[in-house]
Amino acid sequence: MFHTFDDTLKPQIEDLLSLGKSAGADLIEIFLEKSDNISLLAEQEEISNVSPSFGIGAGIRVFLGKKDGFVSTNDLSNEGLLFALNQALGMLGLAVGTKNNVRFEGLTELKDFGTKKNEWLVNSPNLDESTFQLLTATKSLADKNKNLQVRRASYSRNWQEVLVAASDGVFARDIRLHQTVGINVIAQKDKNRSTSARRYGSSGNPDDLRKWDIEQSTCDLNESAQKMLYAGYVEAGQMPVVLANKFGGVIFHEACGHLLETTQLERGTSPFHDSINKQIAHKAVSAVDEGLSNHAFGSLSMDDEGMEPQNTLLIENGILKKFLSDRAGFLRTGHPRTGSGRRQNFSFAAASRMRNTYIQQGDFSPNELITSVDNGLYCKSMGGGSVGPTGQFNFSVEEGYLIKNGKLDKPVKGATLIGEAKEILPRISMCANDLDLAAGFCGSVSGSVNVTVGQPHIKVDSITVGGR
Amino acid sequence: MINLITTYKIGELDPHLLINILKEYSKESSIKKWDMGASTSRDISVQVQQGNAKQLKGAQRNSMTLRVWNDNNQVGITSTSDLTSEGIKKAFRGAIEASLFGNENESPEFSPLARAELEALNSKVSNPHTIDELLTILKNAEKQLIESHQSIDSIPYNGLNETYMERIYINSEGANRHMKLSQSSIYLYAKAEEENKKPRSAGCIRINSNLDELDIDSCINETSKKIISHLNYKSIETNKYLICFTPAAFLQLISAFSSMFNARSIIDGLSLMNKDSIGKQISVPNLNISDEGLHPENVGAFSFDGEGTPTQNIKLVTKGKLSNLLHSEATARKFGVKPTGHAGLGAKVSVSPDWLVISKSESEIDKDESLSIKNTHKEYILIDELSAIHSGVKASQGSFSLPFDGWIVNDGKKISIEAATVAGDILNLLNSIVKIENEQIVTHQGISPHVWVENISITGEA
Repeated sequence: MFHTFDDTLKPQIEDLLSLGKSAGADLIEIFLEKSDNISLLAEQEEISNVSPSFGIGAGIRVFLGKKDGFVSTNDLSNEGLLFALNQALGMLGLAVGTKNNVRFEGLTELKDFGTKKNEWLVNSPNLDESTFQLLTATKSLADKNKNLQVRRASYSRNWQEVLVAASDGVFARDIRLHQTVGINVIAQKDKNRSTSARRYGSSGNPDDLRKWDIEQSTCDLNESAQKMLYAGYVEAGQMPVVLANKFGGVIFHEACGHLLETTQLERGTSPFHDSINKQIAHKAVSAVDEGLSNHAFGSLSMDDEGMEPQNTLLIENGILKKFLSDRAGFLRTGHPRTGSGRRQNFSFAAASRMRNTYIQQGDFSPNELITSVDNGLYCKSMGGGSVGPTGQFNFSVEEGYLIKNGKLDKPVKGATLIGEAKEILPRISMCANDLDLAAGFCGSVSGSVNVTVGQPHIKVDSITVGGR
Repeated sequence: MINLITTYKIGELDPHLLINILKEYSKESSIKKWDMGASTSRDISVQVQQGNAKQLKGAQRNSMTLRVWNDNNQVGITSTSDLTSEGIKKAFRGAIEASLFGNENESPEFSPLARAELEALNSKVSNPHTIDELLTILKNAEKQLIESHQSIDSIPYNGLNETYMERIYINSEGANRHMKLSQSSIYLYAKAEEENKKPRSAGCIRINSNLDELDIDSCINETSKKIISHLNYKSIETNKYLICFTPAAFLQLISAFSSMFNARSIIDGLSLMNKDSIGKQISVPNLNISDEGLHPENVGAFSFDGEGTPTQNIKLVTKGKLSNLLHSEATARKFGVKPTGHAGLGAKVSVSPDWLVISKSESEIDKDESLSIKNTHKEYILIDELSAIHSGVKASQGSFSLPFDGWIVNDGKKISIEAATVAGDILNLLNSIVKIENEQIVTHQGISPHVWVENISITGEA
C-alpha cells in the first residue's frame, strides 16, 4: 500500500514507472498526497461548525510528445494505481508491455524536504486552542461595537504530505502546512448595512494562530465596517486611483501575473507572448514572483513537480524578463521551468501558477501618491478579481475613499475596477516605499492554490471605475 | 488487513458494505446515532488545441461525510476521501472528537423525510464512450467553429466531458438512499481578432445526461454567432440604460442573490430577507421564481438531498411576493415547516437551490408590453453574461457591480460593448422590471425568459 510516504515506496513506484516507460511514454510522473485538514467557524458567541477532513489520492501524468494524459484516483492500492496508470497510458494510445522499450534508470535518492516538518501537524493548535482563539475574536468584536449584527471568525488548517516521482529520476517528498484566519462582520444601523472582511494566513508556521494579534485585527475590521456603514456609492467613470499596499497587489496578480504563466502562452491568450525584453509597463514597475519567502502564504520548498522553486524576476523597470513555467509549459512553449508547477491537490495536473507575487517598492511616500491626485479614488481594501481570456481584468474595492485636491475625502462603496493589462501596466506611474504582502487564494486551471499578493502603495494614472 | 471497498469495481460504491462497516464502528465506539453521505464519480475529459489533443483526463473520486451524535446530542462531523475500512475508522474517530465541540444549542437531527418515498426520476445512465471518441467529437467541434469565420483564430478554452456519479445517504434509523446518473458537457470558448482591433472572446456550454444527445451543433453555432457579433465593438458612455438580460444572465444574477430564499442565510442574518419577509412583495407582481430540481430539463438531478430528504419543486416568489424558502431539516424545524430537499450534510447544514426557473405571472401586465427581444427598435443594452460574481456581488447588502459581455442594440442592430460594468441594488432591480417575455429558454443552469429592466447604471470607458 502507499499510505506511508518514504523511500520504502521506491521499488513499487519504480515498477509503475518502468511499466509506463515500457509502454512507450516519454515521461511518467506520479504525485501521491495525504491531507489532514480542519475548518472551524465561530458565529457570535458560539462555535457553529467543526469539520475535520482527511484525504488521500494520487495523480498520474503521462507525456507523449507535447500531449499528456492525466488520471487521478482516491484508490492508493497497487491495483488502483495500476488501473490509473493504464488509463493514462490508454489515453495516449499506449499500453503496458507493447513496446518493452525501458529506458528508465531508476529514481534518485529521495530528496526529503519534509524531514524538519514532521512535527508540524502535532505542533499546530488543537481544537481547544483554535476554538478559544476564534471565540476571543468574536467577543472582541462585540466589545468594540454594538452595531455588528453578524460576527464570524473562521480558521482553517491545511496539512498536506506529498511525494513526487517521475521517470526522469525525480523523487521528492514534502510536508506543507497552511493556516488561515478569516474574520467578517455585517454592521447595521437603521437602514444602513456594510460588510467587511479580513483574512490572515501563513505557511509553515505551526504557531501562527497562537501569534495572531486578535486585538489589532478586530480593531482594523471594526474601523473599516464603521466607515463603510455610511459610505455612499462611488460615482462611476475614468479616474486616477491610488491602491493601498498588501492586498492591493491583486491588481498586478490579475492584470499581469496570470498573463505571464506559460499556461496562458500555451493557449495563445497572453498579450505578452512576444514581449520578452520589451517595455510592457511603466519604468516605475519592477515585479517578482518568489517561490520561497519566509512564512509567506505562497511559499514552497518544492513545487508540485518536485522542483525547488526559484525567485523569478518578471519585470524590471517596466521590461518583461521572464515567464512562469512548469513542466508542460516548458515542453510546449520552451520557456525554462521556474519551480512554478502547482496544483490544488492530486486531482489536478500541475500547471504554471504564481506563488508570492509582488511589485517592488519605489522611493515615494504613500502620501506623495495621494497628494498627486486632484480627483480620484483611494482603494484601501480590495476584494477578489478575475482576468478574462483576452486580458481584460476586474477586481472589486471593499473599502474606498474619494481623493479631492490631494487629500482623502469621504468613504465610498460599490466600486469595481476594470481594464486591460496592456493598457493599465504603463499607467502605474508611482510606487511608494511601503511594500507589504497579503495572503490569498487563486483559482485557475489547476484548482485553488495559496498565493501571496503584494505591493507598496501604487498610483494608476487612469482606470475605469464601475459604480452607480 | 485493509479492506478496500472501492476494489469491488473501481469507482463504484457498495451501500451494504458501507452500512456494515459503520454499524461495526458505531458499536465499537458506543455511538447510537449516526448518518453518512457518500458519493463517487468517474469521469473522462478531453481538451484540444488546433486539431491536436492537448490534455486528456480521467478521474475517480470518492468522498464520504460522516456525522455522529454523542450522548449529549452534540454532533460531530468528518469528511474523508479514504474509503478503505481504515480510512472510515479514522473518520469515525475524528467525528467523535469533533462532537465534543458540537453546538449544544443547535444540533441537526435526521430529516423526518429521510425515509419518505422518493419521486421517480427518469435519470439516464448513458453508455460510456472511449477517450478517442470524445477526442474525435471535440476535434470536429473545434474545426467547425474555427472554420465558421475567418477571424476566429483559436478556441483557447474547450472541453468535452463524460461523468458517472453515485450518491448514497444512510443513517442509523434505517434510511438508505442510493442513486446513479451520468452527465456529459461541452464548453467552447473562442477567441477572434481583426486587424488593428482588440482580441474578442465568447463561448457557451451544453449539458446532457447522455453524450449522444448532447447538442454540440447548437453550442458551435451559438459560440460562432456570439464571437462574430463581438468583432464590431465600441465603448459606451457611462449612464443609466434600459437593459435586457438574456435568460442566462438573469439566472446568474438571481443565483448570486439566492440567499434571499435561503432559510439558513436568513437565520444567520446574512440574507436581505428576514423571518417576517414571507408574504411580502419583493418585486414587480409579474415575476415568478421557483426552484425545480425535479424539472425534466435538469439532467443533473438527484432525487434526494444531503440529508436524504426527497428533492422537491418549491415556489419561491409568486406574483412578486416571497412565498417559500429553501430549507434543511434544522431550518425547517425553526420555521415550523417541512424540509424542502435542498440541504447539504454537515454539523451546520448548508442550503442551496437546485434549478431555478423564472417565469412570468400571466395574470399580471408588464409595464411596457411593447418590448420584445425580436422586435424592439429603441435603444437598450443586451447583457449576455456577467463576470466576477464572486467579488462583485454583496449578497447581504443587495448591491452588485459586475463586468459583463453584451451589446448596445439600436433599431435592432447590435454593436458589442468594449468593456463595461453594470451596477445596482437587486431589490431595486426586481422592482424596475418592465417586461418579462413569455418564451422560457432552457440554459445549462436553469430556465428563464428574457427580462427587461429600466434605469440601470452602466459604466463604460467612453
